Amino acid sequence: MTRFKELIARNQTALSARRKTVNALMLSLTMLTTVLALIPLFWIIGYVIYKGTPSLNLDFFIHLPRPIGMDGGGVLHAIEGTIVITLLASVFAIPPGVLAAFYAARNPNTTLGIALRFGTDVLSGVPSIVIGLFAYAVIVKPMGHFSGLAGGVAVGILMLPIILRTTEEMLKLVPHTLREGSLALGAPEWKTSLSVLFPAALNGIITGFLLAVARAAGETAPLLFTALGNEHYDIGQIITSGVAQKQTLGTILQRIVDQPVDSLPLTLWKYAQQPYPERVQQSWAVALVLMIFVLLVNILARLWVEFRKR
Amino acid sequence: METINKVEVKELAVFYGNFRALYRINFAVKSNKITAIIGPSGCGKSTLLRSFNRMNDLSLNARVEGEILLDGEDINAKGVDVVDVRRRIGMVFQRPNPFSKSIYENVAYGPRLYGVNRKSDLDKIVEGSIKQAALWDEVKDKLHKSALALSGGQQQRLCIARALAVEPEVILMDEPASALDPISTLRIEELMHDIVKQYTIIIVTHNMQQAARVSDYTAMMMIDDRRAGRMIEFDETQRIFTNPKDKRTEDYVTGRFG
Repeated sequence: MTRFKELIARNQTALSARRKTVNALMLSLTMLTTVLALIPLFWIIGYVIYKGTPSLNLDFFIHLPRPIGMDGGGVLHAIEGTIVITLLASVFAIPPGVLAAFYAARNPNTTLGIALRFGTDVLSGVPSIVIGLFAYAVIVKPMGHFSGLAGGVAVGILMLPIILRTTEEMLKLVPHTLREGSLALGAPEWKTSLSVLFPAALNGIITGFLLAVARAAGETAPLLFTALGNEHYDIGQIITSGVAQKQTLGTILQRIVDQPVDSLPLTLWKYAQQPYPERVQQSWAVALVLMIFVLLVNILARLWVEFRKR
Repeated sequence: METINKVEVKELAVFYGNFRALYRINFAVKSNKITAIIGPSGCGKSTLLRSFNRMNDLSLNARVEGEILLDGEDINAKGVDVVDVRRRIGMVFQRPNPFSKSIYENVAYGPRLYGVNRKSDLDKIVEGSIKQAALWDEVKDKLHKSALALSGGQQQRLCIARALAVEPEVILMDEPASALDPISTLRIEELMHDIVKQYTIIIVTHNMQQAARVSDYTAMMMIDDRRAGRMIEFDETQRIFTNPKDKRTEDYVTGRFG
């Protein structure tokens, strides 16, 4: 014992100095890599803002594209298309995603539960372009034309695993005593899920939904085969002409979803490869709008959680 | 007060798969009395309590043998609706578990399940139940605020109000005060005294003083060498605490256990 103490006493100063040096070295290394990791993020944001801002004005949001060579014009068609596709995708993805999540959270170890979890893991790993091809084969091909509907289905399939998994995780976080409290009052299982578990998990479910929307709004690949793009897409015009011709609401809605539509990422992709500088310029602005939209949805999701915590 | 047997337990055994959790339990719970179930951790107190409203049905591969007679009728018999059992035998849990709804909706949840939907009826039930749970003065101005904003003790009394709202005959309490501070605990105990005139209460508790303070009868449980819970003594509370028959009960209630 004494011998040992003597030994370390002799080494103390050297050891302590060495420890401090190594500590400082490792700390600077981790800090450096953190900064390195942040560079691309801020570079992208900064560059897109720098390149995109000049073409950004009110016209950009409220007008359709003008022919090449004319000044002005906007991407209203793409904004509307993005909204239509995202709405359709949400309608397709949320009900089955949330309901299946209830099943998976409640029966994790049944064959179906395991299959569901495995299936969603696989589905979330499938390249989005493959999903686009699938929607092309089962919807575009039989219908004979590209459409917002097909785009909505493709993006919906992409959203499905995100919604399912977040909902499932949120349901698992609900304390099981809540469930028991409801069952002990004689409530059936479905009633307990609907009126006790669902409200308790609603926060997380909505956050998951917003993140899925942010993800879906930025998808390009699955739309290439499905929504295709449509520079003349104008919901305002569809509605005014529909009302003028006394069409039913059903018909108007059908006209909105049953034709090719555009979306922001699709427009970005197309504009960026055109040989006209003003179009390339506009594609930067589209990138900026898209980025801000995704950022806003993410911030909204976080704010929602913070707000509901209180 | 008449002392008829509200619940009779005959040769009750509970299995989880091949594991025997409870071994041949026999005792009777008197009407309008508080019966405490005490014993060291893991001796099957909660399992026994959860047999009374068939919460064990929820556990996979749980199996119940023997009889639990509520007013002479076996609650596990074929053709008995578990919903009916759970309406007649309510439960309050260890941790307060209000739903993420308003105070009002928490209490109205039970009555709504049984088809009471008219607002005037619900108002009456909600007010009556919350008053019975001695919570009315604290919440009457914020009935439509979230129940989660209440303190732990208030939440637990709300959960008692929620259980009372469907007018059960028996109330099961699984360590209802173990997560609460002494003052809240006291209020729960006073509340139990007040409501036992109309209900029969079975309480599981780790707290020896609490059992001595609130209960009329006490059941002492202990684990046997095959890890099955047994009831080693059941008697009037006073006798259990002053003159127990079993040496192990004496050791336990005097804190000399183990």
